[in-house]
Amino acid sequence: MTGTSSTEHGPAIRTEGLTRRFTRREGLKRVTLTAVDDLTVTVDRGESVGYIGANGAGKSTTIKMLVGILVPTSGTATTLGRAPLRERVALVRQVGVVFGQRSQLWWDLPVAESFRILAAVHELSADDERSRTEELREQLELGPFWTTPVRQLSLGQRMRAEVAAALLHRPRLVILDEPTIGLDVVSKQRLREFLVAERTEHGTTLLLTTHDMGDVQRLCPRVLVVDHGRLAYDGSLEGLSRLVGAQRVLVVDLDEPAGDLVGIPHTNHLGSEAGGLRQRLAVDSDATTVAAVLAAVTDRVAVRDLAVEEPDIEDVVRRLYSAQRDPTPPPSY
Amino acid sequence: MRGRGRVWWRLVVAGVHEAAAYRLALLGGLVANVTFGFLKYGILTATVAASGGVVAGYDAQVMSTYIWLSQGMLGSVNLFGRTDLSDRVKNGDVAVDFLRPLSVQAAACLHDIGRGLFALLPRGLPSVAIGALLVGIALPSSAAGYLLGAVSVLLAIAVSATTVYLVAVSGFWLVETRGLQVLYMVTSGFFAGLFVPVGLLPGWLQVAAYSTPFPAMMMYPVDVLSGRVAGWAAAGLVAAQLGWLLATVAVGAAMTVGGRRRLEVQGG
Repeated sequence: MTGTSSTEHGPAIRTEGLTRRFTRREGLKRVTLTAVDDLTVTVDRGESVGYIGANGAGKSTTIKMLVGILVPTSGTATTLGRAPLRERVALVRQVGVVFGQRSQLWWDLPVAESFRILAAVHELSADDERSRTEELREQLELGPFWTTPVRQLSLGQRMRAEVAAALLHRPRLVILDEPTIGLDVVSKQRLREFLVAERTEHGTTLLLTTHDMGDVQRLCPRVLVVDHGRLAYDGSLEGLSRLVGAQRVLVVDLDEPAGDLVGIPHTNHLGSEAGGLRQRLAVDSDATTVAAVLAAVTDRVAVRDLAVEEPDIEDVVRRLYSAQRDPTPPPSY
Repeated sequence: MRGRGRVWWRLVVAGVHEAAAYRLALLGGLVANVTFGFLKYGILTATVAASGGVVAGYDAQVMSTYIWLSQGMLGSVNLFGRTDLSDRVKNGDVAVDFLRPLSVQAAACLHDIGRGLFALLPRGLPSVAIGALLVGIALPSSAAGYLLGAVSVLLAIAVSATTVYLVAVSGFWLVETRGLQVLYMVTSGFFAGLFVPVGLLPGWLQVAAYSTPFPAMMMYPVDVLSGRVAGWAAAGLVAAQLGWLLATVAVGAAMTVGGRRRLEVQGG
């Protein structure tokens, strides 16, 4: 590869005032929609960032500008030290992208042949092609359908093949747009484990958009939330949950109906069902643990069963959106 | 350069393999080719006979050669105007093409060339062979004739790929290119000489035909390969094909650059 020396340093992604508007015709009127609005953000090399937001919040539009397939209306994006539009070819040699709903494999050809073409596209040496293909084939368990035409794969098989294809050339930056969409629990887990291992081994920068809280929890120490194209939050997932007051919820089923379990330290009684047989307590994870809360509950009543509900990503985002539009203090304990 | 050569070769091979993926479809294409060939044969030899044995320089033998060579090329050149790429522009999958360190134009065209070359085997050669066996055709008498004919066929397939690419990338502006595809299909059939040799068209229509790249996709290679046009005149036709190739590549490159700036990637 040539000309990479000047791009070895600096952040993986930097945007300044990045903005994209679309003009749509609705009847006779022209309507302008701002998909990404003055977005300024920096992602350092080696980071793993979850990029979340409601449908239409501007996630995919941002990604398209980062990789040079969409022209910004204003502002700039710099990816791996390169201008995405002008230096598209040099940039995409170092970037791997999976758009969950689009395939980069050759529909009518066997999986193996798609990988051979991609190896040629990225000019891998014969040795490199062999070792990397073997590595990905093993880790993502592509073996059983290696010679199957892509059009005959199941969704889970295809997604694994897509991720492997995006990583074949050992990109420094991997961008995954809804990579676990439609996958079953086992496939999701396998894919996440693979991505963690890949990052540990190669120091890859990861940018991930998802609707799946599990993806973010396991893969992304840092979270960016967009709302109507604007950056609404930048920080850790725990911090986000705390900010919007979306806590873990302890659900206890009791042996006998009891009065509301109020006054348990660091909890907030959310409600009771079935005359007090099932009660829901929001737990302040910073101040206490679920175990301590459970101990305090069992001091007062006999617990037959319990469940812990994690905050839901949609819920977190929704709360963040409404908190920012209608600023009220987060709930206190 | 070695690396570039390898990737272009791979794309041609991919086109070959993709075309080979649907064998029954190829058989269907051959049956259609041959059926249509006999239909053309019936009509055009009747025309030749009705004009006293020769029409616009075509006697029965030359006409038969034209028919079976043009039928043989039908599977390899795109006279329909529709491509995978036009679908990909419409549904936004073209975004994936821009995520590869390749010229999108070169990748799409080479892929189509691979498909076209492959189609010569299951569709091209059998069509010609069936015609030659059942009604007889004239073929070049010299090795040089075959060589120039082969170059001309290759250029025809290339011009067809680079021209149909223009239809596909006009989708960056139009999104839906079906109307343009229909226009392409109707025009290309007449001007490429699919239905009747371009030489049989009225003078003004011939002028119109020769001002498009369509004769370079079928009429020229058929003329060269059949020996109807020979010597320097044949070389001139091949040169004209080369000119159309360069022109369509240049326009396609400019449209790709312009279109990329307009690209909105349909479908999120």
